[in-house]
Amino acid sequence: MTVPASASAVPAPAGSAQHNDSPAALKQKLRRAERVRKLRAMGLIAPLFFFLLITFVVPILDMMRRSVHDTELSTVWPTVTAAMDSWKDRGNVPDEAVFAALAKDLRAAGETKTLAVAARRLNYAVDNGRSLVFGTARRLPVDATNWKETLIGIEPRWGQVATWNAINQASGPLTTFYLLAALDREKLADGSIVKAPEQSSIYVDILERTFTVSLSVTLLCLVLGFPVAYLLATLPAKHANILMILVLLPFWTSLLVRTAAWVVLLQEQGLVNELLLALGIIEKPIRMIYNRIGVYIAMTHILLPFMILPLYSVMKGIKPHFMRAATSLGATPTEAFVRVYLPMTLPGIGAGALLTFILALGYYITPALVGGAADQMISFFIAFYTSDTVNWGMASALGAVLLVATLVLYSLYNRLVGISNMRLG
Amino acid sequence: MASTHNRTLQEKVWIGVLYGLSAAVLVFLMAPIFAIVPLSFNSGQFLTYPLEGFSLRWYQEFLNSDAWMRALKNSFFVGIISTLLSTSLGTLASLGLTRADFRGKSIVMAVLLSPMIVPMVITAVGFYFFFAPLGLTANYTGLILAHTALATPFVVITVSATLQGFDGNLARASSSLGADPVTTFFRVVLPLIAPGVFSGALFAFATSFDEVVVVLMVAGPEQRTLPREMFSGIRENISPTITAVATVMILVSVVMLATLELLRRRNERMRGIR
Repeated sequence: MTVPASASAVPAPAGSAQHNDSPAALKQKLRRAERVRKLRAMGLIAPLFFFLLITFVVPILDMMRRSVHDTELSTVWPTVTAAMDSWKDRGNVPDEAVFAALAKDLRAAGETKTLAVAARRLNYAVDNGRSLVFGTARRLPVDATNWKETLIGIEPRWGQVATWNAINQASGPLTTFYLLAALDREKLADGSIVKAPEQSSIYVDILERTFTVSLSVTLLCLVLGFPVAYLLATLPAKHANILMILVLLPFWTSLLVRTAAWVVLLQEQGLVNELLLALGIIEKPIRMIYNRIGVYIAMTHILLPFMILPLYSVMKGIKPHFMRAATSLGATPTEAFVRVYLPMTLPGIGAGALLTFILALGYYITPALVGGAADQMISFFIAFYTSDTVNWGMASALGAVLLVATLVLYSLYNRLVGISNMRLG
Repeated sequence: MASTHNRTLQEKVWIGVLYGLSAAVLVFLMAPIFAIVPLSFNSGQFLTYPLEGFSLRWYQEFLNSDAWMRALKNSFFVGIISTLLSTSLGTLASLGLTRADFRGKSIVMAVLLSPMIVPMVITAVGFYFFFAPLGLTANYTGLILAHTALATPFVVITVSATLQGFDGNLARASSSLGADPVTTFFRVVLPLIAPGVFSGALFAFATSFDEVVVVLMVAGPEQRTLPREMFSGIRENISPTITAVATVMILVSVVMLATLELLRRRNERMRGIR
């Protein structure tokens, strides 16, 4: 609809006095009509826009907020977290006043049965933080003249700067703790950022694994999808349409159905093992499920159409003349393919590979069902921290990492093809 | 490849490789579907070939299971309601998007398409954090709202694409003959873009029908859908009943795909006449 607005929105009865309007008045009318048109268009978009803003965008932003927002500890231990402001000499443990505040909070939290909240939060940053909190609370005297000595006497770890650094960083309301932890980093008392200790450094490994699996699946899809797309694009339409159904039917089949099918096919007595045994390729059944092989097979199968379809639509637009021209100028078919055809398919390769990679990054269900413990990707841990261990800060921080990676790649995709041009089968 | 000149040996080899590879990939794509359907008619307990004999017992088990039947009902209920909502919202928005350009349109577009872009697990956790304090978890309203949001981008894309090919002069002719915008929409625009709207609705339904991550996070035991029930089934111990459910779900996909293809052909035919 590129016809100028004036043609439609201004009701101008022919031959009326309006023909005598001055150019300025006409211009004004046109502007008004244009404005009405815009307002109408916005009015039509508004219901969906606000619906998505409230039910979708706000929840995601709220989740991102949780990755830096940290008030768990300050809610149950208000006195000591407020007193942390007075801790200036970060090289030594705080003064008596802060220890007294801790004792007060420990007692209060014990009475209101909120010790578990504090214990859980400290446990994220301090080894055995749970036992530190509960052990101290259990042996807390009613009164003491020197809380610093008393508490350190009960638990020597209260005499360590690292413990107080953890409390300080958990005092809220804002924290970089979760985001740094998602990258296997931690902040020391003096403010420097260092690599986290070995036993809590698991996230970079998970990110690398997510990246490796996604990249491998993307390459597998490219290698397998390219010949099919080429065949579909070059066959006469009648045959191509039939073959297209073979690509689209799996595409439309439920993810769970396909995953279930792979579980059945790849099991030890499954069809694939039986076939390989019968053909004499293997001597005893090989394990292809609940490990990386299963993840690669199932994910490649599920994402393959997302590679084939963009490749196909680009190849469809390449005229055979170019290849013919190349061969007539003396190129061998291989040369013509590599130097003429292949470069022209690059936009399709780019679009398909990016789309496949982005989708693979966020995969959760398939690895969870056909992979082993060592094949779980970042999405699994986001779901795990949300519903199993209720460490929402960590879930949100990992979510932020995944979301940023996805958005960066999508903006690249958008520049390359345009998101609204995505082919939907 | 329609060239008529004599092919060199090298070309012949390449074409052979191309056909061989493509055939292998297409077999790979169809294998799961072809393998799981016969198993659903197997009379034996085990999910292995060769089949023992023909039987409909797994379908009977499916039909007699309260859990599966509830899941079937939930899938259609949630799917249909969220399809109606997302198709209405998405069609209105598409009309607005194709009607005028305005400042900030790209930002609006980004918001409208965002549910398609954000990884599903983030969406699901976002919904969970948001719905929990509002009492919308373990509740149909929450699940329907979530699926509606997830499905709208597919409606917007499909309907907008159809509207690109819509001749605006027809709507103008209608208004010049005295029809108000609502009449014009229902009597002129909608009948012409109906195939596009219907395709969008199909995409929306497929989105909800296949969705499991959000169901895992926000639905309660009462709202379990077919994919959710299959997820537990695969995880715990995979019984042959799953193959019967899978076959039913494949049938639903075939019907949806066939409908979409018919709509596409009809659309092409109509454009051909014009």
